[in-house]
Amino acid sequence: MKLLLKNREMLLVVAIIALLILIAIRFPPFVAPGNLANVYNDTSILIILALGQMAVILTRCIDLSMAANLALSGMAAAMLNAAFPGLPVPLIILAAVALGAFLGSINGLLVWKLDIPPIVVTLGTLTIYRGLIFLISGGAWINAHQMSDAFKALPRATLLGFPLLSWLSLVIIAIMVVVMRRTPLGRAFFALGGNPHAAVYTGIDVGRTRFLAYCLSGMLAGLSGYLWVSRYAVAYVDIAAGFELDIIAACVIGGVSIAGGIGSVGGAVLGALFLGVIKNALPVINISPFAQMAISGTVIIIAVAVNARAEKRKGRVILRKAEAAHG
Amino acid sequence: MADVQTIARHIPDRLESRGARLIKSWETLLVAVALAIFLVNSFASPYFLDPWNLSDATFNFTEKAMIAFAMALVIISGEIDLSVASIIALTSTVMGYAVQLGFDTPALVMIGLATGLLCGAFNGLLVTGLGLPSIVVTIGTMSLFRGLSFLILGDQAFTGYPASFSWFGQGYVWWVFSFEFCLFVLLAVIYGVVLHKTNFGRAVYAIGNNQTAALFSGVRVGRVKFVLFLLTGLMAAIASICLTARLGSTRPSIALGWELEVVTMVVLGGVNILGGSGTIPGVVLAALIMGMVTFGFGLLNVPGIVMSIFIGLLLISVIALPILYRRFRGRRSH
Repeated sequence: MKLLLKNREMLLVVAIIALLILIAIRFPPFVAPGNLANVYNDTSILIILALGQMAVILTRCIDLSMAANLALSGMAAAMLNAAFPGLPVPLIILAAVALGAFLGSINGLLVWKLDIPPIVVTLGTLTIYRGLIFLISGGAWINAHQMSDAFKALPRATLLGFPLLSWLSLVIIAIMVVVMRRTPLGRAFFALGGNPHAAVYTGIDVGRTRFLAYCLSGMLAGLSGYLWVSRYAVAYVDIAAGFELDIIAACVIGGVSIAGGIGSVGGAVLGALFLGVIKNALPVINISPFAQMAISGTVIIIAVAVNARAEKRKGRVILRKAEAAHG
Repeated sequence: MADVQTIARHIPDRLESRGARLIKSWETLLVAVALAIFLVNSFASPYFLDPWNLSDATFNFTEKAMIAFAMALVIISGEIDLSVASIIALTSTVMGYAVQLGFDTPALVMIGLATGLLCGAFNGLLVTGLGLPSIVVTIGTMSLFRGLSFLILGDQAFTGYPASFSWFGQGYVWWVFSFEFCLFVLLAVIYGVVLHKTNFGRAVYAIGNNQTAALFSGVRVGRVKFVLFLLTGLMAAIASICLTARLGSTRPSIALGWELEVVTMVVLGGVNILGGSGTIPGVVLAALIMGMVTFGFGLLNVPGIVMSIFIGLLLISVIALPILYRRFRGRRSH
């Protein structure tokens, strides 16, 4: 049991299973495999976003502009599709990802070249990106009938019985696992978050690494922008408003330390799934959907408290070992 | 990150005179910006210089500025409170609920203030008692407080506030001076004195500059921070009373996104987001600037969301420009 509690991923798996059992008592059909697959599919976008946010938080930064970036890239993709219905969808996705990466790189450049605190930069770009959506769209909605069928069909197309959206998020998870654990960039994220000064002496360019983390989160936000708009078949100024908090919540619940340097792909994914299960379960067990915000707030606070305790415990263990070595 | 110092530190032979420092200060720049915006606005629209219009314009910033004073102290001490807008929502909801139970104005005000203090105490306990990072804690409580408001109200609205209650948001003390504006001025003076002339204010700076050193100099760091979160809750409650009285109704989405505007106001006022420095006069000037920009754009029929682009640009450029300027000067002198 102690071993279970020590491992954040295991703790989350246990928590999610316990949650599912509780829901199953009230409403058994919720845990049917088909429905669980739907819940996963519904959480896919949050998972993709949480992975981008994790990279940024690992480097001791934060990206509050992700949801605005998503909305702007999504609106651009939808307008591109509405203006040129013949444009192949992969090209539109590429454009959305490129725009997202560009918006992310603006955050990154401001943090890297001007040393502006990340929270200020992304607070500013959050409002700017949101405002830009209004400027490019004139406040108008892009509705389902203005989008081409191919544009809307992609995330819904099924492969081996699962929607492409789910597959896509699995691919992103796989890529992120490789990036985080098998590439110098992933190591740099962790090293820099653990100790920026030490990272400098090991030859890591702190600013550049942060810039790349923002580009990564921007790319994923851009991709999510297309997915969001095509999945819900509508684009307007306020899509995903306030979603940046859900993304950060997923990371915090997943054990990503806001102080940087601690976190894992598995944790972020499970954190997102935890929120996804709650979100999907509330309506079926007759709890007002209006309660969702209060519940995720409570979960965030509990998760932060647990994180803080876990981090403290780690420190003590090292000290005790050192004492033992001396004694 | 200031990990690697590239510019050698220049130590002057003598300190600059008081006047020279005043001219180069952030506040002077803000005064210049405010005057420029004032002039541009008065040329851009013939309706700008009307005293009643200007009086109306003050409502754009007074409520936010009240919170910004307390937020300035929190940020100077090295913390942040992102839950202020949600405290407004919860306070307003609780007051609306009390109205349904038949409470009258004095009781409503007390209930509102108590709710705000409780929210602030909750934040303060989590940050100082459990030692959690304030940015995540207040992101959590931001969701929790507004979530409670949603839970109570759903898609409904509370209305039917007593007529005497609406004075807090719509009443005038004398001529064009509204109650809100007078309260804003009074609070500005109080916060200015507290921050710049009392031991408590010095303790706030000390904590923001070096928390450990402050602790070893006998500053009760935990207690001071707890009081700061209490104050922020209280200010949010006061702002909530004014806003609710002005609107005459409560919806859970009331004051949505205000936390960003309040933080922008504080940072624009020259408060270092990393803590340790900043002044109340700066925040007052920033409030005036943001209020006038919003009002001027409003007269020119610029949509609100376009104004927010401007505010975002203002926030980033106001921090970036001094950094660029310093870098440029640093390069030239070497």
